[in-house]
Amino acid sequence: MDKFSPFINLLFAGSIDFLRQSYYYQDDNMAKTIKEINEKIRQGKAVVVNAVEIIDIVREEGLKKAAEKVDVVTTGTFGPMCSSGAYFNIGHSKPRIKLGGGKAYLNDVPAYAAFAAADLFIGANALPDDDPRNRSHPGDFNYGGGHVIEELVAGHDIRLVATAYGTDCYPRKKLETWINIKDLNEAVLFNMRNAYQNYNVAVNLSDRTIYTYMGVLKPRMGNAGYSSAGELSPLLNDPYYKTIGIGTRIFLGGGTGYIAWHGTQHNPCVPRLPNGTPRGGAGTLAVIGDLKQMSPRYLVGTSMLGYGCTLTVGIGVPIPILNEEILQYTAVSDAEIFAPVVDYSTTYPNRESGILGEVSYAELRSGRIRIQGKEVPTASLSSYPRALEIANLLKEWIQSGKFFLTEPVAPLPGVESGIVFKPLNERSITD
Amino acid sequence: MSENNKSSKRIVARKIVLHFPRRMVEEPILFHLTKDYDLEFNILKASITPEAEGLMVVELKGDQHNYDQGIQYLIERGVRIQSLSQNVTRNEERCTSCGACVTICPAGAFEVEPVTRIVKFNDAKCIACGLCIKACPPRAMELHF
Repeated sequence: MDKFSPFINLLFAGSIDFLRQSYYYQDDNMAKTIKEINEKIRQGKAVVVNAVEIIDIVREEGLKKAAEKVDVVTTGTFGPMCSSGAYFNIGHSKPRIKLGGGKAYLNDVPAYAAFAAADLFIGANALPDDDPRNRSHPGDFNYGGGHVIEELVAGHDIRLVATAYGTDCYPRKKLETWINIKDLNEAVLFNMRNAYQNYNVAVNLSDRTIYTYMGVLKPRMGNAGYSSAGELSPLLNDPYYKTIGIGTRIFLGGGTGYIAWHGTQHNPCVPRLPNGTPRGGAGTLAVIGDLKQMSPRYLVGTSMLGYGCTLTVGIGVPIPILNEEILQYTAVSDAEIFAPVVDYSTTYPNRESGILGEVSYAELRSGRIRIQGKEVPTASLSSYPRALEIANLLKEWIQSGKFFLTEPVAPLPGVESGIVFKPLNERSITD
Repeated sequence: MSENNKSSKRIVARKIVLHFPRRMVEEPILFHLTKDYDLEFNILKASITPEAEGLMVVELKGDQHNYDQGIQYLIERGVRIQSLSQNVTRNEERCTSCGACVTICPAGAFEVEPVTRIVKFNDAKCIACGLCIKACPPRAMELHF
């Protein structure tokens, strides 16, 4: 028996192969792998559409046909994302200075100098020490960390002023110099929380104007602010993170980047609609990419009146259409995604629970929503036209063979993770 | 009143910015515009700078002939006149079309194009109140007085 087994194995393997092939061709032609999609991209044959176009394609052709035809759906978002920042290595001065443990300022905005000698990190919300902040209310917040990052990316010289304590091996105590992105050894955008999967709609129930990260909110629900790309938004098109994971290559700030981890406050276990989309803020992404490739068109220094400075970030994520289920998620439209309306005068600041209602992104985009019988005009903080521009740019990159898809190396924590989004448990220090 | 007279009575309404030199701050300019030129006015903004230069944003309304005469009077008195649309401009490079301005503007000068969702700035509707300047997150709106 033994001497025949290789032959039998071969025969058997051959017939399995045949069976598998006929199965693909007859029943499930659309089941694809990322490898197969990348081969199509290499040949210039991949069918790529954006997350808006796919809605009509599925409506007109049905799920099955559309899943056979379409290989990739591109998403995009462009909104203020506060937990963003950049780190870079400035090169060693002569004589040497150890920035770590010292103080460093970039255009008067403090940078985090707590690593080795020549590495700095600047956060989007950093403000100059002499910024009046809200001493005269509402503060303007005209220049901060987000603006430094935008200027750095734009190729402008940035003024670095640093002080250190001096050591035998790093004797220098003061440094004042211009730096430019082209001279830095590495310049990396690293955002610990971006691309929120859905978000609150903010209103103001009080009798005075309030100044929030959701914009200027007029008294007595005079307006409502919202901020999601809705049907174009990356995580709303893959609500259960079936394709988006750690290692996914993405459009980041005009260059290519990667998903590094789930973002802070990643909260997948929230209530969801039957279509999978969460009914409020849920998943988030931590992203990383080479700042030197990026563009100030997609990284914009941003000032929120009476609130602070931030960075508006452009992100686009490609979704490989591996099967009908994944396609179905990408066909979600603004009318099918709902956001909670939250009072930012009392409920939000006091971390109280309770919402005033739920509205769809289709209603939000109509310019008016109805909340508790009142018609309220709406304003977006994130740019839909630029989110669409990003989705279309990513589409072009894939169609022209400049951008290939990656297999995630690990999934993001999903609904099975049991993650609980914990509030701060304050404990008295004096007791 | 004859047909001719009727057609010559073309009513115009324009928003303009008046810059008064120091010596004129105490002159009752608007009183003369009303009394001598039969013009209606609506003051949208008025201020005097520490250098005692006066600035006023007004909407002037009246018969075209009277309006032209009134403007002539202002120029002769040394008032510098700017059309309002030159005072609030948008830096198109910085505008991202987010739409944060749309509900802030009391005059409805920002409109979202329904299909593309591009935010249009209609400077003819602008009353130069300046509320959009600081409410604009990328600081794309600029005030030039």
